[in-house]
Amino acid sequence: MTATRDYVRAHIRDPNAIAYTVMFLAAVLFPITVQFATNGNGDYLVGLAADGGVYMLMAIGLNVVVGFAGLLDLGYAAFFAIGSYTYAILASAHLGATPFGHDVHIPFWLLLFIAMFVAAGAGVLLGAPTLRLRGDYLAIVTLGFGEIVPQVFSNGGVWTGGVPGISALDAPKLPFWIQGPWVNEPLGFTPEQFRFTSANLTAYYVLMVILIIGVVILVNNLQHSRLGRAWMAVREDESAAAACGVNTVSVKLLAFSIGAATSGFAGAFYGAKLSYVSSENFGFIVSVTVLAMVVLGGMGNIPGAMIGAIVLYFILFQFLPNAPAQFEGLATSLGLDSLNHSTAVWPGLGEEVSRMKYVIFGLVLVGIMLLRPQGLLPSQVRKQELTHPGHHELAQRAK
Amino acid sequence: MVQRFRASVVAAPSASLINLVGAVVVLFVAVLAAQRIYQGGSTYFVETMGFGLAEGSIFALVALGYTMVYGIIELINFAHGDVFTLGAFFSLALMPTFGLVEGRISGLALVLPMLGLFGVTMLFCAVVNVIIERVAYRPLRHAPRLAPLITAIGMSALLEGIMFVWKGPFNLHYPDFLPETQVTVLPGVTIAAKALVVIGVAVVLMVGLTLFVGRSKLGKAMRATAQDRDAAQLMGIDINRTISATFFIGALLAGAGGIIYGLYYNSVAAFDGFQYGLVAFTAAVFGGIGNIPGAALGGLLIGIIAAISDGYFTVAWTQVLIFSILIFVLVFRPTGLLGMRVPEK
Repeated sequence: MTATRDYVRAHIRDPNAIAYTVMFLAAVLFPITVQFATNGNGDYLVGLAADGGVYMLMAIGLNVVVGFAGLLDLGYAAFFAIGSYTYAILASAHLGATPFGHDVHIPFWLLLFIAMFVAAGAGVLLGAPTLRLRGDYLAIVTLGFGEIVPQVFSNGGVWTGGVPGISALDAPKLPFWIQGPWVNEPLGFTPEQFRFTSANLTAYYVLMVILIIGVVILVNNLQHSRLGRAWMAVREDESAAAACGVNTVSVKLLAFSIGAATSGFAGAFYGAKLSYVSSENFGFIVSVTVLAMVVLGGMGNIPGAMIGAIVLYFILFQFLPNAPAQFEGLATSLGLDSLNHSTAVWPGLGEEVSRMKYVIFGLVLVGIMLLRPQGLLPSQVRKQELTHPGHHELAQRAK
Repeated sequence: MVQRFRASVVAAPSASLINLVGAVVVLFVAVLAAQRIYQGGSTYFVETMGFGLAEGSIFALVALGYTMVYGIIELINFAHGDVFTLGAFFSLALMPTFGLVEGRISGLALVLPMLGLFGVTMLFCAVVNVIIERVAYRPLRHAPRLAPLITAIGMSALLEGIMFVWKGPFNLHYPDFLPETQVTVLPGVTIAAKALVVIGVAVVLMVGLTLFVGRSKLGKAMRATAQDRDAAQLMGIDINRTISATFFIGALLAGAGGIIYGLYYNSVAAFDGFQYGLVAFTAAVFGGIGNIPGAALGGLLIGIIAAISDGYFTVAWTQVLIFSILIFVLVFRPTGLLGMRVPEK
């Protein structure tokens, strides 16, 4: 008991501890609150939050690459695509339609890890020859890779389903699941095998929360391991790190492939939840969005990246898509109904607002970088480094 | 723990092995292309080269802006491709003002209004680019390198958004003023006059740029700033003015590129510029980033490669080919075709 109390006392002022606690409580309370507030019609919002979790996973993974090791990856969505397509090909009837000739239905739980290793392998293949390049050349290589991969999937013909992509993917299954009043059943285990379906998005949400907790624990331990310190050394000064005996190429390669693995992991979940993959969902805009989440939240800080993901996901996928209807409603209630009708020069208020989304996205990116370049929740270590008094100042104080 | 991680890392392959693999792949693709070209016959080849050179000239104009900006402040100016599209959009809106209405004006009467259109559009794009630099890049000059890169992406989204709000998501028709005739360059071999005009305009602009950077005082200041900013400052060069001038000149070329892009393809959309900019940036890297003749050469080569890929292979794989070239160049010859090895600053 006292141990707990001491622990709480020691961390009560630590912003990261507060952020973790708040996010965990919010994650637990979110489905209940939403269902209560919408009279049980909140499934859509819970599913949206599960999709947001995919982005959060990617932000945590990219934070390893960009935030810890200081490698700029502009093609992160490529590994996401690789993870999704791995799941799609190995968990659907798709291979039966190819020259291979047999359906492959590997269970979701296994494929999560297979997709992770495939994406990590792709990361090693790309990283091994290119990680010796200087910083921004690496960014360019990853940018090119991010353009190539979705194009290859869309040109892959029968093997990758071409432009329409692959649909009707297997849903995850569990031998049993907990049921209760929230599905109008008595509390207990489900009588038969449980399938994750689009009618039961809360299950996906719960799964996502568990996955995120697991990944956060893993990445947190990595950050405080010897490898994590090596990453930060490479980020701060590569030559100095190499002089201290850090094998910079393999340390960078590990960061790169761990980031890729997280993205592939997220990709498999994404494929399973959507039950559909198409090369159009993995463009440069996805890579940029995830990068913006990491930078917005605070590079090099895991809860920072998570908060960045929540904020940006909310703006991009909840606020902006709903804004046109809201503005139209506002105009109607203000008696400005004429604004909602399109004319030759005016496409209508709703259309105009929906067109504004790129402008808003651009302004958000520029505004954040100009006003708060360190991010919403910056890394405490880096903050101390930045505000630490120099030798001169310390000498002055000593007098 | 770390020891075990280390053991699992594949040993990075040796440089000579990578080079050998690269040489084999390049040779294989070259032989394949040569065989297809041989089978296709000479007329088709010249036609394809006409497309390639015209497209390559536009790439080159855009690539010059990337390479100049990268050379001087080491920033990938993602917004540059959108400044290029902005040139096409702005000139499209400006055309009636100059009396350039399709079907009502043709032949030599076009020359004067066209010159006016080019002048005003180029100036507009240049001013926009200078404002972008002033607002989004200059305050972050001493920030971590990632910061201006993010604002560049933000500015790109902003410009695309403005054009999107302005004209909507559709492909806009761009008036067709260029002659449709074929010009005989050799007996039996013809090239579209359209392509020749595009190549001509690009060559004039590039010669002008080369002369400016090589001969003028401001050009000298730009070269000095690119080499060593601090030393240049000590020599009394106004760094901010020089960097602004670089953005100004880069956007002049992008604006002109936007107009000839519109005139050549007769269609333009708000989101064209980003992808086009990425390809142009590839061209700049291919030629040697920071190197002005290199960007021109890279642009032309990428244009020709794209045309050969479109003409002799399938269009769907062209983008893959171009970005594969980008990765290949960076792995095997990071300095590009004409670039020199520069230490990381």
